[in-house]
Amino acid sequence: MTEALKLTIDRRDGLAVIYTEGYINNQGGEEIARAAYELVDGGYRRLLLNLTGTKIINSIGISILIEIIEKMLEVEGKLMFCALTPTIEKTFHIMGLAQYAAIYPDEESAVAQGAAT
Amino acid sequence: MTARTPIREVTLILPMAPDMEIVASQAASALAGFVGMSADRVDEVRMAVVEACINAFEHSHAVERRVDITFRLFGDSAGPERLEIRVHDRGVGFAPERVEVPRLEEKLRGDRKRGWGLKIIQGLMDEVEILSGSQGTTVVMSKSR
Repeated sequence: MTEALKLTIDRRDGLAVIYTEGYINNQGGEEIARAAYELVDGGYRRLLLNLTGTKIINSIGISILIEIIEKMLEVEGKLMFCALTPTIEKTFHIMGLAQYAAIYPDEESAVAQGAAT
Repeated sequence: MTARTPIREVTLILPMAPDMEIVASQAASALAGFVGMSADRVDEVRMAVVEACINAFEHSHAVERRVDITFRLFGDSAGPERLEIRVHDRGVGFAPERVEVPRLEEKLRGDRKRGWGLKIIQGLMDEVEILSGSQGTTVVMSKSR
């Protein structure tokens, strides 16, 4: 059926970018959480989820992203999103995620503005 | 929902199995496109169908592990202008008015992060109605071109 979510991680100075490719369902969400928590354990406090390669997500996957937001709040870190499809962005706004995790149109603006706040 | 005769009706019967929501979403995309919706609105229909299916899979407690999805196109001689989708399970039913509206502030503090499906469906579709009883649940949702 659907292929498993693929993740690519780019570790930079003070920021890690997680690129997703595929459907973010429960398994996909767990994969992202595992990667995010490893990065937090490794000292990263700013994570950017670049969803360019994700065209569909479900609420179970998003609920796992909420767990990551909670974790980032606990460690006084920051989770950011960029390159969302209009529907995923609308869904995040419906749920109120934008109050707790900044959403940027693209990676360039996320890196520029996210680093400044 | 507006009671009119559909100009076309398509029914899909799917097992409650992993990723079957994606099969439903692909059919929804094709029909929403046929209605003439913009790509973004097609995508919204697709996501709403995914959520309705997942709700049925996860919460219906249906012995018969299947969902019936009926797509109805409404319009006139000029062509279709509205898509109605009914996602039906034969589960135990629930009282929609008792479903708590999820709030992110509370979800962040609490152990249970889930429970967003209906809110997402309502946010993405033009009209949503939940029909539920001892014979199961039907989520009726529609969106215009």
